[in-house]
Amino acid sequence: MNDNRTCFGRGMKDGIPIATGYFAVAFTLGITARNAGFSALQAMVASLTNNASAGEYAAFALIASGAGYLEVAVMTLVANARYLLMSCALSQKLHPSVPLGHRLLIGYDVTDEIFGISVARPGYLNPWYTYGAMAVAIPGWSLGTLLGVIMGNILPLRVVSALSVGLYGMFLAIIIPPARKSRIIAGLVAVSFAASYAVSRLSLLSGISSGMKTILLTVVLSLAAAILFPVKEDQHDA
Amino acid sequence: MTHNIWLYILVMAAVTYLIRVTPLVLIRREITNRTIRSFLYYVPYVTLAVMTFPAITEATQTPLSGFLALAAGIVLAWLGVSLFGVAVVSCLVVLIAEFFLV
Repeated sequence: MNDNRTCFGRGMKDGIPIATGYFAVAFTLGITARNAGFSALQAMVASLTNNASAGEYAAFALIASGAGYLEVAVMTLVANARYLLMSCALSQKLHPSVPLGHRLLIGYDVTDEIFGISVARPGYLNPWYTYGAMAVAIPGWSLGTLLGVIMGNILPLRVVSALSVGLYGMFLAIIIPPARKSRIIAGLVAVSFAASYAVSRLSLLSGISSGMKTILLTVVLSLAAAILFPVKEDQHDA
Repeated sequence: MTHNIWLYILVMAAVTYLIRVTPLVLIRREITNRTIRSFLYYVPYVTLAVMTFPAITEATQTPLSGFLALAAGIVLAWLGVSLFGVAVVSCLVVLIAEFFLV
């Protein structure tokens, strides 16, 4: 594995847009943390140890309302349950010989974005690629939260608004190129967009959290696709 | 009853880490079942697509600017522009659009 250094560098490069996007999101998260009574240091440690946008938001909001530890634990579980699916998928990107230590480290930062770029690597994943991305993304996330608490609303709304779509742009850069190559994936992405929109609009389902919506739709749509269009054996590395 | 913020942080961190690390540690071998493999193969595409839309239109000051960023992002990604490029242009589209819209 003499290309660990190269992989780390590549991961850092791909991690830069993630870090800048995180910084903007974390900044607004810091404002929520402050409202929940967190000091700047506490908010930074929360981000450093959680690395989860929706999960942290949900927990901060609950804490602000005076909820107990158990409620916060359950909320965190629900808001972050999608990471369980992502880690299952990611486990198949690791060579069976990858030792426990690497698995424990990668598991520290399975976020939507880090997962997205890691799973998009061709063939088996070199853990050092993920570490490279983590090395820039984690500081972006935790320092953004820290500054959000300290500086509150100093950044112009215009800038926050613009930065907030950076993460979505990245998601598109991950899912669209394979969609160009495969009609099945293209159709699946289109159906996912439509279903996500429908669920967010249906008044019947408007009560469910966005994390829950992500889990439900992921399970239903991926399972339907798996049954209707089973992947051929040589395709799984894509 | 008063709560300790450091304890809250510990609870959040422990729950989050267990969710993430358990599958990575327990699933040590390649899954051979074709349906499960296919399911896990499709998971990233569905998850990322579901999280992108309509959320991108709700993250910005006006839904239209988010929509324009979505359209620009899809076109650029389709043309093979890099991760960083797509992210930066999406941000610029919103910045410019909201200069006129807001």
